[in-house]
Amino acid sequence: MNTNLKGKMKIGRKVYIGLMKFGMLLCTALVATLTLFLIVYILIKGIPNISWEFLSTKPSYLSDRIGILPDILNTLYIVITTLIIVIPLGVGAAIYLTEYANNKKIVAAIEFAAETLSGIPSIIYGLVGMLFFCQFMGLKTSLIAGSLTLVIMNLPNVMRTTQESLKTVPQSYREGALGLGAGKWRMIRTVVLPGCVDGVITGCILSIGRILGESAALLFTAGFAHAMGNMFEALTSPGASLTVALYVYAKEQGEFEVAFAIAAILMILTLIINLSATMVQKHFEKRRKV
Amino acid sequence: MKKKRLFENIVHGIFLILGLITVGFVLLITIYLIVSGIPAINEIGIIDFLFGAEWAPTKSEPQYGILPFILTSVYGTAGAILIGVPIGFMTAVYLSKVANKKVRAMVETAVNLLAGIPSVVYGLVGMLILVPNIKKIFDIPDGASLLAAIIVLAIMILPSIIKVSITSLDAVPKEYEDASLALGATETETFFKVSVPAAKSGIAAAVVLGVGRAIGEAMAVMMVSGNVANMPSLFESVRFLTTAVSSEMAYSSGLQQQALFSIALVLFLFIMLINVTLNFFLKKERK
Repeated sequence: MNTNLKGKMKIGRKVYIGLMKFGMLLCTALVATLTLFLIVYILIKGIPNISWEFLSTKPSYLSDRIGILPDILNTLYIVITTLIIVIPLGVGAAIYLTEYANNKKIVAAIEFAAETLSGIPSIIYGLVGMLFFCQFMGLKTSLIAGSLTLVIMNLPNVMRTTQESLKTVPQSYREGALGLGAGKWRMIRTVVLPGCVDGVITGCILSIGRILGESAALLFTAGFAHAMGNMFEALTSPGASLTVALYVYAKEQGEFEVAFAIAAILMILTLIINLSATMVQKHFEKRRKV
Repeated sequence: MKKKRLFENIVHGIFLILGLITVGFVLLITIYLIVSGIPAINEIGIIDFLFGAEWAPTKSEPQYGILPFILTSVYGTAGAILIGVPIGFMTAVYLSKVANKKVRAMVETAVNLLAGIPSVVYGLVGMLILVPNIKKIFDIPDGASLLAAIIVLAIMILPSIIKVSITSLDAVPKEYEDASLALGATETETFFKVSVPAAKSGIAAAVVLGVGRAIGEAMAVMMVSGNVANMPSLFESVRFLTTAVSSEMAYSSGLQQQALFSIALVLFLFIMLINVTLNFFLKKERK
């Protein structure tokens, strides 16, 4: 029957079907090949330039050596500081929205604000961060100013993933806790907060990915120095993250080998983060089913 | 009991403040951009600023026209959409409707990875592969051009377009497709003539999201577009709204720096317009 039908099809219809099928296959193959090419190209160009010395020293003009340890540390400090600040804020906002909010207008305003924040490009965050944190608050160009800027950027992320996980806490748990005489805060502390661990972890992974890849927002807030120090010294002084260092080495200094080495490191980190995000998600899904 | 009540109210208050912080951040950004962006526009004159064709802040008679930046951003985004949307759309239909589970999982992993690659890495690859090749193929003095930026942007918006389109295509009720198949349409026809129209607001949202990503991208574009304040032309060095802000920020001062804040304000207005459109389509999709 079906083959009969196909035999009688008009030419135009056949051509249309053929074209669309071909188009779909071609585009999918293109996307897959492109990704594969990018990964392989960057790793092949970058990995040979990575050495222990490259990873464990700071740049020195005297011995004409480029090392990226300061940039690695700066990135680490920025990630830690940003997460420490953004998690309480994001979780708090999510708890307010799911547990407390009863005024529709406030909820709408918060949700609109979160959507707006996630649409603003990072260059604008960088600019406002520079004006507000560096100049108005007097933090100067420093890692802490950069981290605070990234807090604003990542807040919607953490808020949304926490909200999603709070929705999976059964309403009956809350009612049970309240029914046993717990106050609202006690109920939140003992029933709701443990339930949002999934969301917080997912939010953290997403945020780490975003922070690692961020450059435009950090260029004017955290600067591009390669100084080294412990975390507290570093936070108050300017420093380049890995991405900013890549940009400066490639664009301003023409050190493409160094740039590719950093790109390969970033690529490997991206792979790890994507992998762990998928694994965490699968793990939580399984646990929810049990 | 009274004490407990007071305590609960305080906790409620704290959470309210935490909730409102997001709103506070949006206000902070908006107010800062307006306050720091308006003075230069006033001084230059809004017509001269928005429609002036020359940007030359260091000349003896400085010119602050940002029309080249606006047009470059618009053309660059349009070009990226023109290339990226068809590819992303076709891929999304294939993954959502045709591909078997294994292929879908594999390509989706690839797409997620594409989304996670930092923009400076795109810029670096563009600098070393696209720019020299464009120079060679089209025989022009410098390959850093609008074309290179368009290609990089097209690749960078692919993940957003694919992901959002897939979500809305997956949500099309199976009954629609079954009905179409029962009426004698082939599978391919069903996907494109029934499923796609049913998912059209989601796909529209994907396009708008792509526009937002493309117009806001700074670093990758900075590395491949040559960064000269020309009127946009496919094979010439150009400067986008985003790169205009970032390229002179480090050393500018006075009116020049204030004009950069005004450029950021213009960019922000573009983004807000895009966000409102995006929300419109997303709301429609949810219904």
